[in-house]
Amino acid sequence: MKLKIILAASVALACTGEALAQNFNDPAEFKKQREQLSMKPQGPEGKPWAQHLGDGMVDTAKYKKDGPVTLCFSNAGVFNPWRVVGLNNLNAEAELHKDRIKELVVVDAEGKDEKQISDIEALVSGGRCDALIVSPNTTAALTPAVEAACGKLPVIVFDRGVNTQCPVTYIHPVGGYGFGITSGEFIASKLAKGDNVLALRIMPGVDVLETRYSAAKTIFDEAGINVIGSEFTGSDRAKTKSIVEDYINRGEKIEAIWMDAGDTATAALEAFEDAGLPYPVISGEDQQDFLRKWQSEKLTAVGPSYPTYQWRTAIIAALDVLDGKQVPGPEWVLPQPAITEDVLAEFVDERMPPLHYSLCGCQELPGYPERWGGKK
Amino acid sequence: MTPIPQVAPLRPSPKLALNAGLVIFVVLYAAIAVVQPNYLEPGLFMNFLRRAAPLLILACGQLYVILTGGFDLSVGAVATLAVLAASILINGDPDATWAVLGTLYLMGIAVGLVNGLVVAFLKVPSIIATLGTMLLVNGLALAWSGGAARGDLPENFRNFGRLVWRDVWLIGSLPLAVVVLCGFVAIAWWGLNGTVYGKRALAVGDNPRAAELAGTPVAATRIIAFVVSSISAVTTGILLGGFSGVSVNAGEGLELQAIAACVVGGAQLLGGRGSIWSAVFGALSLFALFTLLNLMGLPQALRDSIQGAILIVAVGATMWRNRRRI
Repeated sequence: MKLKIILAASVALACTGEALAQNFNDPAEFKKQREQLSMKPQGPEGKPWAQHLGDGMVDTAKYKKDGPVTLCFSNAGVFNPWRVVGLNNLNAEAELHKDRIKELVVVDAEGKDEKQISDIEALVSGGRCDALIVSPNTTAALTPAVEAACGKLPVIVFDRGVNTQCPVTYIHPVGGYGFGITSGEFIASKLAKGDNVLALRIMPGVDVLETRYSAAKTIFDEAGINVIGSEFTGSDRAKTKSIVEDYINRGEKIEAIWMDAGDTATAALEAFEDAGLPYPVISGEDQQDFLRKWQSEKLTAVGPSYPTYQWRTAIIAALDVLDGKQVPGPEWVLPQPAITEDVLAEFVDERMPPLHYSLCGCQELPGYPERWGGKK
Repeated sequence: MTPIPQVAPLRPSPKLALNAGLVIFVVLYAAIAVVQPNYLEPGLFMNFLRRAAPLLILACGQLYVILTGGFDLSVGAVATLAVLAASILINGDPDATWAVLGTLYLMGIAVGLVNGLVVAFLKVPSIIATLGTMLLVNGLALAWSGGAARGDLPENFRNFGRLVWRDVWLIGSLPLAVVVLCGFVAIAWWGLNGTVYGKRALAVGDNPRAAELAGTPVAATRIIAFVVSSISAVTTGILLGGFSGVSVNAGEGLELQAIAACVVGGAQLLGGRGSIWSAVFGALSLFALFTLLNLMGLPQALRDSIQGAILIVAVGATMWRNRRRI
């Protein structure tokens, strides 16, 4: 009887697992992003925020507007450090173009779909905006509002997309699969077949995070690496550390830690320190605290990124469109570099706060480092 | 005239209190040792104590309030506030640590005073009063920190949760958190057994009206209980911050675990019975249960459900035992 229940439960679990996996495990997209990672970007050397992958360009002559312009930005919110860094990038980039931009109007939707929908409607009907930049809170809910805006003025979307082709261009880095491929391949290259990796993830059900995991999992499975656990940390340091410590106390050997975001990477490493164990191979992200730890402890690590410099690109694209220049489109795919051993030293900056995203492309922007919370 | 009913003894015999929690703890720890024999090594036992220390300290503070017949639901929020306040005020500067520790305790005492005054003088039931302070303190912490981990905790603050002396005679290793834990338990024990306060607290919890007529300072007894509880919450916060650094939900859910720990250990909800060992062994039992479920490798969702079921059984059994005894 007991056995039957367990069997039934595991079948049920396997089925739901399958259903979820299908949503977030698209082999075609995986393949496309893997190719994009190795593609040579076009555009100015050393300025990844102005570069693009692929050849598609769109004509924008019909949007040309002379004289000072007003840019409007509908932001999903600033509810995490990534978006805080991003918004600073966007404001600083706008400051570079003072002569061209009369005004930059930023409206914060505080993470609410309905607020962002009414924000966009208000911006469009207000008649002040010459171009609209949107960073959508969720894809499906914002699509109609963006479609309505497209009829009135040029729209540029970045970060999360919308289900319509009407924006002039949609700016985004390679994507979640790319993140998982970079980190998964690094760990697979450092581990032997049959070694254990512990996957630490922020939360279930978020597309950009699920695709990171599904890509890494695909690579681990191919390489015969054993994923001993996939746990959700809620991005909380205390929880992360106890989860890792729990696994260590179970007596399982952990050769590597894979993370879908790096903000709690140092907490995961502390669990190894406290247990008196050597550091595992680890994939984090581009946060300062992780990079410093990596440098001082000489870790075997990689820092894939979902670069915040795309917030700069949004302003660049809006101005290019109003200049009537051709812009990459309908998707402007930005390169998505990872921090590796060789370039680590370039990105460590003791002045910056622990959760500063180092691939911000903001070192040359006005107000660095104070604008990003750094010490002079 | 009705005959005067037999009053429960003011102080339960220590042997009975020991039995409740200690037995559960020993059984659970034996189960842990079966699943993972190296938990019998002193090093891992010390590590177990270190990780259980925040809950233990919180339970000791909570016990004061439970003895006087109340609840303190605000302790989790106070612990979170302590972590966030420490990281924002210290902001990575090791020289600021000691001054900030003092500030944290002042903040804790203030919250305890508010709880105590509201319960003692406005006669608000403690469960409502401390629910209010819980929301208030959580809101303050959220507003102050902007809802995200800010600032940084320097090494000397982190030591409260992380420093371990190795090669200690007999026990192998000794975490600083365990020293803090022993110190706190000793002071809490002394407060209840070495001073007149313990008897007053039990009297107030057992029958506040009778205690008042007998000349016990009821209001002061209650207020002190809430202050002790808040102080324990700040201490817990310091250990949690030391253990894992800045976290916006460091103390989440701890208040209920602390109350459950006291009850599992044999303290009587709504007051009048219990000793410091109820809190100590109750918390140890609870933490041993968490550890055991983790070692068995059960998925998180299942662990939570089993935890809940076992808690209900344990608390139910204790209540049933207590009822029979009366």
